[in-house]
This record gives sequence, structure tokens and C-alpha cells, in this order.
Amino acid sequence: MKRWVLAGTDYVYPRTTNKILEAYLLSKGVAKEDIMINYAPFGHSDWQTIVSDIKKFGSAGKKTAVVSTINGDANVPFYKELGNQGVSAKDIPVVAFSVGEEELAGLDTKPLLGHLAAWNYFQSISDPLNKEYIAKWQAFTKNPKRTFNDPMEAHVIGFAMWVKAVEKAKSVDPDKVIDALPGIEAPNLTGGISKMLPNHHITKPVFIGEVRADGQFDVVWKTDGLVAGDAWSKELPGSKDLVGDWVTLKCGNYNTVTKKCGGA
Amino acid sequence: MIAGPLIRSLDRGATIFLTICAAATILIPALNLLTPESFFLHVPTYLVALFGKYVCYAILALSIDLIWGYCGILSLGHGAFFALGGYAMGMYLMRQIGTRGVYADPIRPDFMVFLNWPELPVYWYGFNYFAYAAVMILLVPGLLAFVFGWFAFRSRVTGVYLSIITQAMTFALTLAFFRNNFGFGGNNGLTDFKDILGFNVQAQATRASLFAASVIALAICFVICRAVVTSKFGKVLVAIRDAESRTRFLGYRVESYKLFVFTLSACMAGVAGALYVPQVGIINPSEFAPANSIEAVIWVAVGGRGTLTGAVLGAILVNYAKTTFTSGMLAPYWLFMLGAMFVLVTLFLPRGIIGTWRHWNAERQAKLSAAREDGAAVGEPTARPAE
Amino acid sequence: MRMIRDRLVACLLALGLMLAALPANAQSFQEGLEKFTTDSFGDTDDGITAVATSGHAQAGPVILALQEGRLAYDPASKRVFIKTASAVIDAATGQPAASVPADLKTVRLNNRVRRSIEAAIGGLNLLSPDAGKRLAAALAVFKSHEAAALPALNTAIGKEGEARIKRALEEARASVLIFKSDAPETDRLDAISTLRARGDQEALALLAGLPADAPANLKKSAQDAITSIQNNLAIWASVQNAWYGLSLGSVLLLAAIGLAITFGVMGVINMAHGEMVMIGAYVTFAVQETIRTYNPGLFDYSLLMAVPLAFLVSGAIGILIERSVIRFLYGRPLETLLATWGISLILQQAVRTMFGPTNREVGNPSWMSGAFEIGQITITYNRLWIIVFTIAVFVGLLALLRLTPIGLQMRAVTQNRSMASSMGIRTSSVDALTFGLGSGIAGIAGVALSQIDNVSPNLGQGYIIDSFLVVVFGGVGNLWGTLVGALSLGIANKFLEPFAGAVLGKIVILVMIILFIQKRPRGLFALKGRAVEA
Repeated sequence: MKRWVLAGTDYVYPRTTNKILEAYLLSKGVAKEDIMINYAPFGHSDWQTIVSDIKKFGSAGKKTAVVSTINGDANVPFYKELGNQGVSAKDIPVVAFSVGEEELAGLDTKPLLGHLAAWNYFQSISDPLNKEYIAKWQAFTKNPKRTFNDPMEAHVIGFAMWVKAVEKAKSVDPDKVIDALPGIEAPNLTGGISKMLPNHHITKPVFIGEVRADGQFDVVWKTDGLVAGDAWSKELPGSKDLVGDWVTLKCGNYNTVTKKCGGA
Repeated sequence: MIAGPLIRSLDRGATIFLTICAAATILIPALNLLTPESFFLHVPTYLVALFGKYVCYAILALSIDLIWGYCGILSLGHGAFFALGGYAMGMYLMRQIGTRGVYADPIRPDFMVFLNWPELPVYWYGFNYFAYAAVMILLVPGLLAFVFGWFAFRSRVTGVYLSIITQAMTFALTLAFFRNNFGFGGNNGLTDFKDILGFNVQAQATRASLFAASVIALAICFVICRAVVTSKFGKVLVAIRDAESRTRFLGYRVESYKLFVFTLSACMAGVAGALYVPQVGIINPSEFAPANSIEAVIWVAVGGRGTLTGAVLGAILVNYAKTTFTSGMLAPYWLFMLGAMFVLVTLFLPRGIIGTWRHWNAERQAKLSAAREDGAAVGEPTARPAE
Repeated sequence: MRMIRDRLVACLLALGLMLAALPANAQSFQEGLEKFTTDSFGDTDDGITAVATSGHAQAGPVILALQEGRLAYDPASKRVFIKTASAVIDAATGQPAASVPADLKTVRLNNRVRRSIEAAIGGLNLLSPDAGKRLAAALAVFKSHEAAALPALNTAIGKEGEARIKRALEEARASVLIFKSDAPETDRLDAISTLRARGDQEALALLAGLPADAPANLKKSAQDAITSIQNNLAIWASVQNAWYGLSLGSVLLLAAIGLAITFGVMGVINMAHGEMVMIGAYVTFAVQETIRTYNPGLFDYSLLMAVPLAFLVSGAIGILIERSVIRFLYGRPLETLLATWGISLILQQAVRTMFGPTNREVGNPSWMSGAFEIGQITITYNRLWIIVFTIAVFVGLLALLRLTPIGLQMRAVTQNRSMASSMGIRTSSVDALTFGLGSGIAGIAGVALSQIDNVSPNLGQGYIIDSFLVVVFGGVGNLWGTLVGALSLGIANKFLEPFAGAVLGKIVILVMIILFIQKRPRGLFALKGRAVEA
């Protein structure tokens, strides 16, 4: 991949992600003019211009990929326009950071075959615990077609961790539970054990999945083990010196250069 | 000079209203701060903040009633003035955070540091002073209303057309404030406030004081509105509401009257927003949403259009109902209830609660006096709905 | 990229070998097949190369089956099978398999593998008897512009009979020649002019990539070509903006046209108009869901069935609303506004309760999927059909109002109610019918909008403000005004978007409308006469 389109909804999460991504791509030697960043409003429904811009950007002879941080409802018209304008995953693959099984349920996925999504969990991952939870969820919602997705899995793990922390702290007082949380482990639904870190993030595997015709994802790439969540990006000048540590430092934004709590 | 209209404006209802205000100003903070939690009349802090929010909504309702109930201007964009006042206050509060933000920049708020803004934009200058912010709270909504009204009323945009373009105005502002490039924090808006005038916003005493300040502001706005509507000026407003062309042909400059009252109303809405923000702790672009402005109109309609106490009562009642019903089992049905309220009030209670009550009273009085005077002419009931 | 090129070279070499009728490399074919059985994308990729270069008679069918997801393997015996509708074929022999293992697994694909397949098929097909395959092969070579393809291309150009494919082949050759420094200069100049004639973004990229050591006159010629293509593209960009504007305008018109009846003709401020559109979209969803369950073959006709149904459902709900609420509020427009806003909340919540808060899937029928190209712009079928549909609705509505008795009565009642009444027109039922017509048309709009937007309970909210602005901007009570208003807003928006971005463009439009209404409070085409002050 030589050229990158970073398309997102105009709010903090896409802006943060794109900022980190841009810094990362530049550090990997991608030229500034080979990165196109594009923002659209919430619920944007007329993607004709943006999709045709992506197409133009992608047909300039270099391999192009799109990283989409488009949020929520705007995704359906976006993917419809992609499909109709004939942008196929073979030519310009789209990697989405916030499109999961639940979003695809509102879409005809046949034209989207091969587009990608990055998550810590996919419903299609074959694991006994995963199958059990999906079966429970579908029984609970009384809908055998109801999808399960990454944020739901996060809740499963989070609640399991909370229960263990409460048992350890022998109290439901929030402050005591927070102190008990780092170090707690709970099984995730993809065959691993997630652990709460001192920075209040947990370890999880990272998967890249490919859209299948049935609205599910096929895992095409995954990390070897579990990845530890960073509180602060290592790619950005403002935040690379910051760490979060609630166990020894008791600080969410400790600066390792100035040795002070309270940011850059 | 000033005392005249003020005294004239204080009839029995207004006196009762102001007495309630005075009582609330003293009693609720006192019950919150001075009584122990176990005391049966103790008012918990979250309720003080909640009541404070209702009071701010009541000021907004008053400002809408002033132009709709008395001058027939239905603005579907009053939430915009409310939010602008709120943003002005929010900018002051952001500047007060100083080095306590995540990035600890003494001048720039966190979101600007994050978005790599090299320096504070010019329009943020001065907001570190409360006095400047206070002026802006009145000036920004007032100026927008003045310019908007100047064009709209001079070219005689009336009725529904005005409603639609005010709605377009607030929609455009929603979109604008959502933009990160606009310099107001994008969809996250302004939040994470620490201090107001040197006091911690979260502190119990600050919350109680803010509540008291809101009620006092409500009382002041009420008195101003009373003074306006009971004056000769107010009579002309009602004349414009009921027959605009006729009033114009009688020689009154209709657009000047409308412009004055529209601007005044926008300033009041701005004050309401400014008091609202420190109490809820956040201001974001969703406050501009057209639906919010329409909802505010229904508060006035429920309470009684063209009655100032009605507007206040409507705002508090509807919001109390909203708080009650949107939490708990009935939450999925709240929109049904709100929707039904819109329909039923317009169909069966066009005068609103206070208006209907006054109408009944007037009819009873008329009947009584008619019986007494044996067939004397019955006067027109007061507080007829506009249009 | 590199790998694909290599593979392509290999394929073309294989092609050459086949032409020379040398014996096929059966061993490499067998090894390739085994690579498919490891469930690893990397191995599958290598397998494709091995199979495609083997020259084996089964190579074509195997690769085709792989592309179509019909290639399966048995993990235990490492044998590969091709699944067809009727039978399971042993990939190695091409004969129906004698015994089929129980747990066959499909060979999985990803984008890298799909590209390899395409390149392999491209290489295999330059001389295919099937015209479509030859064209695809030419395009694949154009993309890879690999020098080794030249001899095969020359042969193919010589044999090609169809002008369209011949041009594609020549363009492919030009893409090769332009980079080939040992080619005769006249050939390279020809290549530049071929690319110049192609005149699109890809040609531009190729020309810009001309090696720096090329002769001066070649460089100059390429530079001229680049300037010419850029000018040409700039013109096409305006055409494209105009087309997008037309398409956005037609969506606005469709959303607003029902409102032009209820608001424009009747003067009812119907804030629930957006919800009528939403109901139309949900009717489409319900129709498609029924078809999926009972008769999937009819899917392509789902929209045709949904249109009358949506009209009836939305129209009926509209009449219900008019009879139960709005008729009590005639002459009180601001109250109507509030009451209908309440109705819109109720309808949204009702739909949310019935269908759930999430988006529902409404598919595009095959005749509304895909796109075709005119010059340098891509025209998608769904947008094209929506424009056609909008025109049909507009003309139909105009005809209904102008030519039919009920249209005459509607116009009579809205122009002078008491006079119409004294002429014997039942004004109240005309009111109900008019409102039903406006709502029904909103429902039809919903069918079309379901093809490009989310089908969720909030669908209508997104269109209501725009619709009112279109009607007011165009001039209340004038269908032509609505048409002009919608199209000019759409086109203005799309011309602003490239400069200002999607958000700012929309804000600028809103501000412009507000200013315009100040200037002309009654819109572009204002009604004159007594109706104005009423």
C-alpha cells in the first residue's frame, strides 16, 4: 500500500485516530501528499463526492487503501455508494475501525466482500466460550439471527473482572474495587485470558477480519498473543512521554521526561 | 419613571409568583446546606442541581412566551440563543481550568492543544474575565437576534416562514458547532469545568448558590416581562399579534416593536443558557438541535401561552414529567407521552393550564356579575390564543 | 505488487509455452493443488502461481472454481475438489469424484489471493475465445504494465477483431511501451498519444511516471499530453459536479414534493412529513422481507410492488391524521406545526417499538446496482433511476392536479374554499384526499430513499428541515418552484462541496437560504394576488 485515505466522521475519535495514523504513516516513509484526510458530518448521507474523490485518489497508479473511522448511521450510505460506484476491495480495500457485525446487519454485504475491519473480537471466531455466549444472547433476545460484537464482548469481560475485583476487595465501594482491579484476569471470548493492567487498560488480541457475504467476518490476520492497551499513543509528539499507572504512580498522565503528574 | 410600570405590573398572580421565588431562593439552599442528610426535609445536592436546571428552562420558556404569547412570533430557534449564552459561559469556565487540564496548558483549553492549534483564537480573548463573559452572554445572542430580526422583520417575514428560517438558523449553528475547526470543541463541546468565580463548580455550596442565582434571574426576567407586557408598549405588541397589518396601518412601526422584543427575548434566553451550563457541567452542539427548540415551545403551550406564570409552570411541569418518565419502566413510552402532549394540548387545551384556569375564572365572574346585574353584557374573556 | 507482476510474467510465459504446444508440467500442477489444502493464504497464493504456470488442462477450471468459492479440499487426504451445482469433481483429473469425503472445507480467499486470481485469469485469457474475458485480460495487463507481456499483446492485437477490445489491448501495449527505454521512439510517441486519447486519471498517472532519462521530445510530448488530459478532466469534474448536484437535487425534490402539496397547496405545516417518508421506507423493508421469505426470485420486482403499497399505507395514515387532528386546526398554522410535531414523535417511537431502533436492511435490486461510465464520470444506476423516478412522480403529480377532476377540485378548494363549497364541492373530503395525496407521495419518496439511505426510525428527521427549505425557497403553492428550488439547492451544494467540504458547504447553503428569504419572503416563484395575505 502506497497511498492512504483516512476518512472519518468529524469528531474526536476519528480525529485522534487519524492523527496517530498520519504520524505513523509519515514515520514509515509515506509521503504527505499520498495521505488524504477527509471528514464528513454525523449522519452524512450523500457520499457521491467523497467516494468519487477516493476513487480518483486511488487510480493515480499507486496502491491505495482507505482507513474508515466513519461512525454509525453514515456507514450504510457510504458502503452503498462504494458498492455502486464499483470500488471493490481488490482495488481499494476499506479498513473500518468502527463497523462491526451489528452495523452490517443493516446492509446488503455482497458488494462489500473483502473489505476489512479491525477489532478485538469477531462473532465468527470459533471458541467454545464464544459459542456459548452467542447462544445465550440469541436466546435472551429471542432472535436467532441477532449479532454479537466487540463492544458486547468487552462488557462480558468487564463484568467478569468487576465480579472478581469485588470478591477480592470484599466490597462494592467503587474506590476499593478500582484499587483491586489491576492484575485481575478474565477469559475473553476468543480463547485467551485478558488481564487488567496498571493503566486501567486490558490485554486483548487484535484481529483483522474480512467481510463475508453473510455479514460476518473472516479473520485474515491476528496478533500472535494478547496486546497491552496503551493509555497514550507512542506516535504523537504530545503524548509519547506520557504513561498511565494507577498502581504505583497513581496518575493517569505521568510524564516520564519531566517526572511529573499532569501532562505534557 | 421606572417604578411606575414596575408597580403596575405587580398584580396578585405576580406577587404570589415572586413570593414563591423568594421562598425557593432561601429555603432550598438552606434545606440543602444546613440540614443533616437524615432530616426528612433535607434536599440532596443532586436535586438542587436538577431544580436549578428546571429554573433555567423556565427562563427560556419565559423568553419564548414573551415573543410568542404576546407578539405572535413563533421562534423555533430559541435554543440557539440559549446555547450561545451557554457557550459564552462555557468559554469562561474553560479558561478558568488553567493548568489543571490534561495537557496543563495555561492558556489553551485541552482540545486546542490536542488539535495542534498554535495559539488561542482571537474570539477566545477576554473570556478569562467574568465581567467580559457576562457581557458576551447578553451581547452574542442579542446581536444575533438583532441582526436576524433586522432583516427578517423589515422584509416582513412572518408566521410560519419566520418559524422555518429560525429553525434553519439553529440547524446551521448545530452543524457549525459540530465542526472541530470552528474552535468550540466539536461534538464534545466544552466540559470538565473546575471553578466559577474562584469557587469549585462541584461543591455543594456553589451548587446551592447557582440555584439561588438562577431563581433570582428568573424573578428578574419575570418582572422585566411583566413590565413590558403591562406597559403601553406591551399593548401594541398584543395588537401586532392579533392584527399585524391593522397595527401597521394605524401608524406603528411594527418591525421596531418586534425587533426590540425579539432581541430582549434572545438576551434572556442567553442568560438562561449561561446559568444552565455550570449546573449541568457541559455544553455541546446538541443544545442547538432544532428538536430542543420545538420542545421548549411546547412547555409554553402546556403552561399557557400569553401568561407569564404559565410559561414558567409549563417548563417545570413538563421537565419534571420528563425526569420521572425517562427513568425507569416507562422510558420507552416517554416519546409517546411527549407526542401526545403536543397533540392534546393544541387540540383540547389551546389556552394552556393557566390560560384555561383564568378563562374559567373570568367566565364564572362574568356569570356571577351577569346574574347580579341581570343580563348585563358579558365581556370578552381575557387571554385569547393568538392567530 | 511486485509478486503479482512476477506471477503475471509467469502466466504469460506459460501462455507462450502452451502456444508452442509443449507438454504440460503435471508435477507443478499437482504441487500447486496441494498448496490449497493448508488453509494458509500465503500457500494458496503460491498454489495459484504453480497451477497457472503448469499449463495443465485443469488449470483454468481450478482457478475459476477458486474465484467463485467452489474449490474445496479434504484436510485428511489432501485432495482438492471442485464443487458444481450437480456434482463434486476431482480437481486433479476433471472427472466426477468416486468418493467424496464428509468434511470438505472451502479454500478461503482474501484480497491478495483475489488479486492473484485475477492476474492469473488475465494471463490465461488474452487469447480466450470469450470477448469479455479478453477485455478483462487486457485491462489486467494495462494495470500491471509488465514488459514481458509485449509479445503476447502484439499477437493478440493482430488477431483481435472487436474494436473495443482492440483499443484496450493497444492501451495495454502503450502502458508497457512508455516505460520500455529500448523501444523505438516512434512507438513510444504513439504510446503517449494513445494514452492521451484515453484521457483519464490512470493515463495521467502513467504519463507522469515517464522515466526521467527519456529523450527530450518524448518528455515534451508527455507533458503536452498531461496538460491536455488535465484540462479535459477539469471539464469533466464540472460535469460530474453538475450530475451529483442533479442527483442530490432529485433526492431533495422527492423528499419535498409531498410537502409541496400539504404545505404548499393546503398551507398545513406538516412536521410529520418526514415520518411519512420513513413509513414508505419501512414498507419497502416489509415487502422485501416478505419476498425473501416466500419467493426470493421476485426480489428484482420488490420496489415496483413497494411503490403502490407505500403510497397506500402513507396515504392512509395521512388521511387518518388529517381527519383526527389537522382538520380541527385549519387556520391556525402554528398550532398545526406543534401538533404534527407531536405526531411525528409518536410515529417514530411506534416504528422503533415495532421494528427496533437499529437500521434494517433494504437491498438494491440488480437493476439498481452498479454503475456505467460516460466519458470520465461514473454514473451509478441507483442515482439514475432515482432521477428518472423523481421526474415520473413530478410529471404524474402535475398531470393529476391539472388534468383530473379531483385535481381541479383540489385547486378550487385551496384557492377559494367558500366559493368551491358553494359550487357543490365537498371541501372536507377534498381536504382529506389532498392531505392523503401529499402523504402518499412522501411514502413513495421513502421507497426511493431506502435505496440510498439508512432505514431507521430517524430517516425522516434528516429530511424535514431540508424539505421545508426547498418548498419555501421555491415559493409556496408552486410545484415548479419546488422543482427549481430543489435542483438549484442540490447543484449549489455539490459545487460548494469540493471547496468548502461537506459540512461547511451545507452551512453556507443554509445561510444563503435564510438571506434569500429575507430578500424574497415568498420564495423564487411567489404567488400573486389575494392568496398572499390570507
